[in-house]
Amino acid sequence: MQISGNSQLAHRATLLDLAPGEEATLAELSLPEEIAHRLMILGFVPGSSVSYTRSAPGGDPRVYRVDGADVALRGETASHIHLERRM
Amino acid sequence: MSDCHGASTSSLVSGPNGASSAHKTIALVGPPNAGKTTLFNRLTGLRQKVANYPGVTVEHHAGRLHSRNGAEVDLIDLPGIYSLDPRSEDERVTHDVLRGDMAGIPRPDAILLILDATNLSRHLVVAAPVLSLGLPTLVILNMADDLRDRGGTLDTTELSQRLGVPVVLASAAKGEGLEPVFEFLDGTLAVPPPSGSPFPILNNLPSMKDVPSCRAWATRVSQGAWKAPMPSVWSRRLDAVFLHPLAGPLIFALVVVIVFQAIFTGATPLMDGVEGLIGDFGKWVATTLPESSWRDLLTEGVIAGVGGVVVFLPQILLLFLFIGILEDSGYLARAALIADRTMARFGLQGKSFIPLLSAYACAVPAIMATRTIENKRDRIATILIAPFMTCSARLPVYTLVIAAFIPERPILSHLLGTRAAAMIGLYVLGFVAALLTARALKSSVLRSDGTPFLLELPSYRWPTLRSLGLRLYDRAMVFLKRAGTIILACAIGLWIMAHLPLTNGKPPEIRDSLAGSIGRTVEPVIAPLGFNWKIGIGLITSLAAREVIVGTLGTIYGIESEDDTQGLTAALQKDLTPGGAVALLVFFAFAMQCMSTVAVVKRETGGWKWPVVQFSYMTGLAYVCAFAANRIVTAWLG
Ligand SMILES: Nc1nc2c(ncn2[C@@H]2O[C@H](COP(=O)(O)OP(=O)(O)O)[C@@H](O)[C@H]2O)c(=O)[nH]1
Ligand SMILES: [Mg+2]
Repeated sequence: MQISGNSQLAHRATLLDLAPGEEATLAELSLPEEIAHRLMILGFVPGSSVSYTRSAPGGDPRVYRVDGADVALRGETASHIHLERRM
Repeated sequence: MSDCHGASTSSLVSGPNGASSAHKTIALVGPPNAGKTTLFNRLTGLRQKVANYPGVTVEHHAGRLHSRNGAEVDLIDLPGIYSLDPRSEDERVTHDVLRGDMAGIPRPDAILLILDATNLSRHLVVAAPVLSLGLPTLVILNMADDLRDRGGTLDTTELSQRLGVPVVLASAAKGEGLEPVFEFLDGTLAVPPPSGSPFPILNNLPSMKDVPSCRAWATRVSQGAWKAPMPSVWSRRLDAVFLHPLAGPLIFALVVVIVFQAIFTGATPLMDGVEGLIGDFGKWVATTLPESSWRDLLTEGVIAGVGGVVVFLPQILLLFLFIGILEDSGYLARAALIADRTMARFGLQGKSFIPLLSAYACAVPAIMATRTIENKRDRIATILIAPFMTCSARLPVYTLVIAAFIPERPILSHLLGTRAAAMIGLYVLGFVAALLTARALKSSVLRSDGTPFLLELPSYRWPTLRSLGLRLYDRAMVFLKRAGTIILACAIGLWIMAHLPLTNGKPPEIRDSLAGSIGRTVEPVIAPLGFNWKIGIGLITSLAAREVIVGTLGTIYGIESEDDTQGLTAALQKDLTPGGAVALLVFFAFAMQCMSTVAVVKRETGGWKWPVVQFSYMTGLAYVCAFAANRIVTAWLG
């Protein structure tokens, strides 16, 4: 994606950097253990693939597709979920 | 007995409870939206009841059915779980029941584990902890119809060997493939022979603490035995519309308008019908029975009092029909998503939205539903604001006063009339009060970091007539039970108090009766709101439950009026000024007139502190705002 390409050198990509329809592999959840546990139960397990579907009206929360299901979370949470560096 | 079938059948009656126990208890377990309730309804039909766990107040449905060999089976529908991790209170209930640690509930003899076949790899994660309990288990892979339509496939024989328990593919909604479920209940279903399967799974179940390995296990189990269906095209398309930046909020608003307009206009003929029937019945009793105090108690007390409330049954059922359709179709989860930003602005999370929505039906189950909120402070904040949401018990009061004081005129041609608009206004009023209170709480005593909002969006589905019908039946029973207990008792008590003390063996004028003097005692306090002593009596009796005021006024006017033709509406018009009418609406929007809510808040917060604070705050707010409303309307009209 040409828009986010440069800024990604500066920081590690998170779920927020995905464009609608784009898919990536999850790397790490930098969140408190309890929240990470719940996210993993919902499918956000490091190594699995995730794609950004769309956001609610107004841009937040955002809907992500993991393991065949749509899960909604706020951008604030999404910004702590890191992705493996994409090509 | 199933024991005769020996080791090759999954025997339900063997085990600690023994073959002699009166009936087996079987638990329905599975993730949210797997179809537990649908299956439960299919198996038990009308033979079910809603109950609370002793001590904790998570609702559960229990039902009884007869298996084909005549044995009685008790089925319990447990809260949906994503894991068996006893961290959230909802999951703890399921955990405790399955381990036999829940007082008053026998440890289940067997488990029906329901998983969504279209989502198998993620739903299988729950199977690991459930199977490790070691109870006889039947795995039901539900939504067979949906799996088929979207081109997925499943090998139940293979899965059954891998899991070491019987596995069936079924559709609870369509009633397909349920034969093995009955066999399982009979104890005649064959368990797969222990095979040399490459998955020695029962001895090797991953611990739920380690989610990644649990997921890896689930993937391994389903691999090769399950072909995932195509993503639902319809869910995609509908989401594109319902979550569209512009269309989404518009549709949301439109849904609200249509629901309220339908509740108002759609229910009217039915309500008129019920009212007519009750009126005719009252007249029939009045003319058939000989004149006596008993007859008067029956016509003025019971029929006018209870009947006045029962009239609203069609309207309340219509409201629940809409809630049912929105919930079963999957739209409600999208509505929660649209509302989340607003909720966030007031310091609440989207998870508070679902309990708050169900508070539109009744605050009591809503307060119980806050158990899914892990953050304690968020939970208390949600409990404290839930009674501001317009519960269905306010509907009779609102409808009565609106019908008496607001003429019906179209606002948006046929789509929206003045009365429905007034009703929406009252709902909005309660919602705004809830949000502002939340804001105040969350920025002071209940400040917290909050747990993030996480919501799995269910696929869109057609609501089934069966499930909607059962919901309405459930609601009708709850409503009629209230009418037959609280409201009946209040009506009889009030009628008696309105006929005492006897002077020369004759009852006094209602003004001078016991009830009347209580009303006149509080009159000075409520006069600034535009209420007289009759409304005062109603406010006192409605402390038991809000809709009791309607029955109370029915009884008072019934005793007062010479001819019984004067309706409640007409009587109210004589008794209230427009200012007082608006004040009454505002008072009911804010006041916590409901003993069941007070009781449940005490139980859920573990003490009297919060319910006392809440009751004082809501009553104080109601008083002040009703006073202001009366002044403003009176000044404006005068
Ligand atoms: N297509 C299809 N839909 C189903 C089936 N079983 C349940 N549903 C729908 O799935 C949704 C969730 O079902 P419900 O019984 O409430 O799930 P619970 O949360 O596990 O109790 C409802 O809209 C049901 O109508 C099925 O076999 N096929
Ligand atoms: Mg259910």
